[in-house]
Amino acid sequence: MTPVKLYPSPPEKVYLFGTCLIDMFFPEAGLDAVRLLEREGIEVIFPDDQTCCGQPAYTSGYHNEARAVARAQLGLFPEDWPIIVPSGSCGGMMRKHYPSLFAGTADEARAESVAARVYELTEFLVHVCQLKLEDKGAAEKVAMHTSCSARREMGLADTGPALLAQLGQVDVVEQERAAECCGFGGTFAVRHPQVSAAMVEDKSQAIEAAGAQHFVTSDCGCLMNIGGRLAHRDSGVSGEHIASYLWRRTS
Amino acid sequence: MSQPVEIFTPQQFHRQAQDALGNPQVRANFRKAMDGLMVKRRDAFAEWQLEELRQLGANIRLRALSRLPDLLEQLEERCEANGIRVHWAEDGEQACRIVTDICQQHGARSVIKGKSMVSEEMHLNAHLDKAGIEALESDLGEYLVQLNEQTPSHIIMPAIHLNTDQISDIMHERTGTERTRDVDTMTAAARAQLRERFMAADVGVSGVNFAVAETGTLCLVENEGNGRMTTTVPPVHVAVTGIEKVVEHLADVPPLYALLTRSATGQHVTTYFNMISSPRRDGEHDGPREVHLVLVDNGRSRIYQDDELLDTLRCIRCGACMNHCPVYTRVGGHTYGTTYPGPIGSILMPHLLGLEATQDLPTASSLCGACGEVCPVKIPIPDLLVRLRREAVGEGEGNVPGAGVKRSTREVAAWKSWQWLATHPSAWRGTTGIIGKLRGLAPEHLGPWTEYRSAPKPAAVSLHTLIKRRRQEDQS
Repeated sequence: MTPVKLYPSPPEKVYLFGTCLIDMFFPEAGLDAVRLLEREGIEVIFPDDQTCCGQPAYTSGYHNEARAVARAQLGLFPEDWPIIVPSGSCGGMMRKHYPSLFAGTADEARAESVAARVYELTEFLVHVCQLKLEDKGAAEKVAMHTSCSARREMGLADTGPALLAQLGQVDVVEQERAAECCGFGGTFAVRHPQVSAAMVEDKSQAIEAAGAQHFVTSDCGCLMNIGGRLAHRDSGVSGEHIASYLWRRTS
Repeated sequence: MSQPVEIFTPQQFHRQAQDALGNPQVRANFRKAMDGLMVKRRDAFAEWQLEELRQLGANIRLRALSRLPDLLEQLEERCEANGIRVHWAEDGEQACRIVTDICQQHGARSVIKGKSMVSEEMHLNAHLDKAGIEALESDLGEYLVQLNEQTPSHIIMPAIHLNTDQISDIMHERTGTERTRDVDTMTAAARAQLRERFMAADVGVSGVNFAVAETGTLCLVENEGNGRMTTTVPPVHVAVTGIEKVVEHLADVPPLYALLTRSATGQHVTTYFNMISSPRRDGEHDGPREVHLVLVDNGRSRIYQDDELLDTLRCIRCGACMNHCPVYTRVGGHTYGTTYPGPIGSILMPHLLGLEATQDLPTASSLCGACGEVCPVKIPIPDLLVRLRREAVGEGEGNVPGAGVKRSTREVAAWKSWQWLATHPSAWRGTTGIIGKLRGLAPEHLGPWTEYRSAPKPAAVSLHTLIKRRRQEDQS
């Protein structure tokens, strides 16, 4: 049985773990996450020494290197505040894999503590903040792509769509095979580029065929992959991180 | 021939994947079939408490595996008491010799086979052929694949890579059946061809779905009746199974059967469910005079030694992981070049063949988790893929043959550099700052990535810098 997660009341402060892809490629998404949280009256602490959760090395089998990088993050969240991660895959890494990565080491307790305090952004906005959104944007059709990690590692298939559903002018369109992987998979896209390309092509076509003007996702890996494919074939459909989309339409 | 017959090898996954992706027929056949199977599974489970049933299935398998050596001894004892002769084989070669010896003792020239993946794994047909014994597959899909001189591309639906037109061509060219698109006509023709062979066969060979230790019963799940014919018509029946297929109690079978059929084809029950507990007894009118059971290890006891990898042996061979795998759906089963393709094959075959032969397979997954989500006995397939990636680069426990084969100086150096940067925060910030400033020089072409996608462009200013500026604004 999947354990039922009990959510606390909104805290005074949270930590933000920005993720390396957001840091380098989509920094506005990180800032928009901060804005959304601050608007709820929550102070956001961004530890300056954060770099990467360690997932790329972890999924490639290089666990000694992954552990060294993950260990460097463990000390960045000393107070008992929630850790907000605007990414299902980094969130999944920290919540699900940190405990096993540090099992039997001196860092086990710290890893368990971090894992227990990690929330994916949309999860936190829905379940803890119980966010209410007022849509100020124009009418449009949008497709939601929930990352496989958010969907299956974190069990969060519904939180992104729940937020979009609050936007009065937004029509969330149903794409075919919504639960299917977009083909990014970190180093998978590099090791098996042709298979990955076939997957992202099908995903892009499904989003277009659903009549979407934009697609929104909770993960920057998927955003880079699907967005890159759509741009490559000059599609009119563009992608955006859900934090940026929500902030843009409600501010 | 309707198409050239190719030999697929696991070492060639990469090239074979490219070929498969370039073959619209293969892609269309698999997409259509897998989409259908996903819908069928979903509908079959709609009325069930799926999660509770999966947990029950996982528990039954884990309990059986936790007592595997004892249960195998109990199974042997009960089978022998029932009159079934039990043989032990350490590897595929030995298992083939045992089956061949049994055939030769009865002067057999022809063997009729029910579907058995372990017999594929040990290359039984080729072995029998060398001994001058003809083995004919009687499962319709296996029969078609055999006619086409191919291997199965799926463990439940061996001929799923072929469409109706291709099957019509194969049957016409290999058996003289009239060219037709009518499935019933083709099925009837195959039935007529096979029926004669059942009656003429000297020995019947089958697989086993569940071997019950408590009672010495061999359970066989099938839809076409060929399994029942194979195990009752010839005077001798040889059942071949991997040692992991044993379950403790007869009561363990119904939940596993319910999970197996629904996960595999979306069926609530199959047309036939055979329970074989002995040879023909005095006064009985049918059934073989002799029943043999061959218990095949072939690397399984090595998996059994490792607490994590052991979970691979829970598998009940339903194929749901293949049906839901976005990689398998794109490239098809032959691309893997292994007896068991798809996610389960990618975690099982490295044990059976070693990592040198199968080094691409653990990486042939985006770790999307669909396989683990649908597995009826909750095998953590994504975690096991990661474990095998560790073994391949030499950071695992070294319990898989060929561990460390993928470790390359270049890749290690790259990860070590990444590790250094990600553990020196000021160097990290400096580097992302420089990358942002030089973004105008970012390459437009990044190897295979940009053949299909626009190159990602680093942001001018990193999140670290944006946050820093914001703090400064707040203070001023």
